[in-house]
Amino acid sequence: MNLQLLAQINSFLAALVLLTAFAMLSQRKINSLVTLFAWQGLFLSINTAVVGFVAAKHHLYISSLLTLSIKVILLPYILHVLIVRLKIRKEMETIMNIPTTMLIGIALVIFSYHLTAPVREMSTLITRSTLAVALATVMIGLLMMITRKHAVTQIIGFLAMENGLFFAATSATYGMPLVVELGVALDVLIAAFIFGIFFFHISTTFDSLSVEQMESLREDN
Amino acid sequence: MILLVLIITPFVAAMILAFIGDRKVAPVINIFSSFLTFLAGIALAVEVFRHGQFVAGGKFFFVDAFNVYLSVLTAFVSMTTAVFSRRYMQREKDHGKVGHTRMRFYHAMFQMFIFAMLLCLLTNNIGVLWIAMELATLSTVLLVSLYRTPNAIEAAWKYFILCGVGIAQALFGTVLLYFAAEKVIGEGGEALLWTNLIEVSGSLEPTVLSLAFVFLVVGYGTKVGLVPLHNWLPDAHSEGPTPISAVLSGLLLNIALYALVRCKVLVDGSTHTHYAGNIMMGFGIISILVASFSILRQKDIKRMFSYSSIEHMGIATFAFGLGGSIATFGALLHMLMHSITKSSIFFTVGHVCQMNQTQEISRIKGLFKGDPFTGWSLMLGAMAIAGMPPFGIFTSEFLILTATIKDVPLLTPLILIGLAVAFAGLLRKVQYMVSGDIPSYFKQLKTARTPVILHMALVLALAFYMPAFLYKWFQAAVELLK
Repeated sequence: MNLQLLAQINSFLAALVLLTAFAMLSQRKINSLVTLFAWQGLFLSINTAVVGFVAAKHHLYISSLLTLSIKVILLPYILHVLIVRLKIRKEMETIMNIPTTMLIGIALVIFSYHLTAPVREMSTLITRSTLAVALATVMIGLLMMITRKHAVTQIIGFLAMENGLFFAATSATYGMPLVVELGVALDVLIAAFIFGIFFFHISTTFDSLSVEQMESLREDN
Repeated sequence: MILLVLIITPFVAAMILAFIGDRKVAPVINIFSSFLTFLAGIALAVEVFRHGQFVAGGKFFFVDAFNVYLSVLTAFVSMTTAVFSRRYMQREKDHGKVGHTRMRFYHAMFQMFIFAMLLCLLTNNIGVLWIAMELATLSTVLLVSLYRTPNAIEAAWKYFILCGVGIAQALFGTVLLYFAAEKVIGEGGEALLWTNLIEVSGSLEPTVLSLAFVFLVVGYGTKVGLVPLHNWLPDAHSEGPTPISAVLSGLLLNIALYALVRCKVLVDGSTHTHYAGNIMMGFGIISILVASFSILRQKDIKRMFSYSSIEHMGIATFAFGLGGSIATFGALLHMLMHSITKSSIFFTVGHVCQMNQTQEISRIKGLFKGDPFTGWSLMLGAMAIAGMPPFGIFTSEFLILTATIKDVPLLTPLILIGLAVAFAGLLRKVQYMVSGDIPSYFKQLKTARTPVILHMALVLALAFYMPAFLYKWFQAAVELLK
């Protein structure tokens, strides 16, 4: 396969990652949100393998497999189990209406392109143009955490941010050194364990997983 | 070798404590292993003192004057906290606040937290530094929610989410740093080693590093508790068990600041401007002002002292940002003094809260009459943290102010206002708590005095006499951070 084609595949996958990010932003149903998250992980995993092939970096195959097993299989599975066990309502309330959130999302993408311009100019890698997409994914994840007042959606936003970071590492530098990637994966696993415990604590203490009721610790004058 | 003992001891202790569970020996093992860690820390410090900085473990670890003093400090405070927590947690258990499972968890995670902090300090790899920082957050999240009250869970959730988001920004900054380093050093793990990065920092691309620093300062700044990224801090400090408040405030904030300063050195080397310093100074000033005014309106004693932590981290961040030998020396000293004083205050506050069975300032009264030792240690601790002479914080704040007057005189009034407001706020409230009559619900308890006395004696002694080795370390660290 020639390099041109692979570069195009890479861009295509980046577009898909961004598309899933926007889809997550517009999605109200929690089950679909988890599915979309799994899809995003899958695109990311394929993309990592493609980049690994282009750059002949074998450690990227390991990262790709890690992503596949953790973000496509394990985490969505855990989330699904938790949703069933905790009998979480299917529909989510959003603070802002969805079209507004989407518009902010678009602004974030433009902002990311602007911000990463100096990096793009200096880079010689074929993946350089996808760095902006990666940063946009991070920021959309953040936006999702802000606009949803529900523990599960906040966590999915958090994990989507993590996806964006991983994507950034792949596109800016063909992946971080293996020891770092393994460590990050370990941290994500521990975090998954902890939020699982948290969901149980929150739902038993507050009777639901909406974070809106957690407002007692505010500065009152 | 000593390095390995230092790192491994807390890790092994965490495993052992998780295995044996909540037995009578668990707190003893906790204290013993912390003591062992402290001894290893001292031994390592002696080695650095004799032979200077070195790398070890296939360049994985790096020890210099800057991180060795913080390692000894970490080991020391965690040791005294372990001593304090034995009786304190026993009493919480007797009150039915925590059960066996949670005590097992508490001890194991306490040691895990120390392990994460030491790894953070001693690693040479800035990627691993990030991982260890995240591990330090994760190991304390469930300790903050240990009591399972609605407030504790809310505080822990906030801590988890906000620090998680913050630290994610720091990872993006690290990716950018790696991107710049890879161009110069070449691919692979070598490009993330601090010892390599510092050598080539002059040839790293300035625009990329400037961009990276924005992400790094937001990321690690969240953990330092810099305003406006500080929202998690007062909650986590006030709702968690007091020994955890002591180590979070006394140690974790230092570690995050350490990471930030390490990154700043690289950015400075690359940009040759005062760019990173200015950002840090800005965050520092805002933190000092906002935190000191927040102290005034606190109703909860632990929240009040956590705002004071934000203020002091603001001062240290400002001083590192200011740069120059006097300010940097002052900042290093300030980190040390704040850490020792604040953890001692939290020990005392823990005793006070148990005696009065409340954290509300308005319900705490008559400590001088009720328990003179605790009353006086709260009063003296508050005086020390407010920056009264003859305590050590006065010395460091004096140094920092001197440097400010010399380099950026226009900012001096802002800092002075912050210091004065914090001073007035703290002393007024503490005055209220120590004076007056003993309330009816007051119950005198046996307290762990040794840690408090030890810490206060140190703060006092270091103000009058600075040992030669400490002076040499600080000088070496100042050289390094220039």
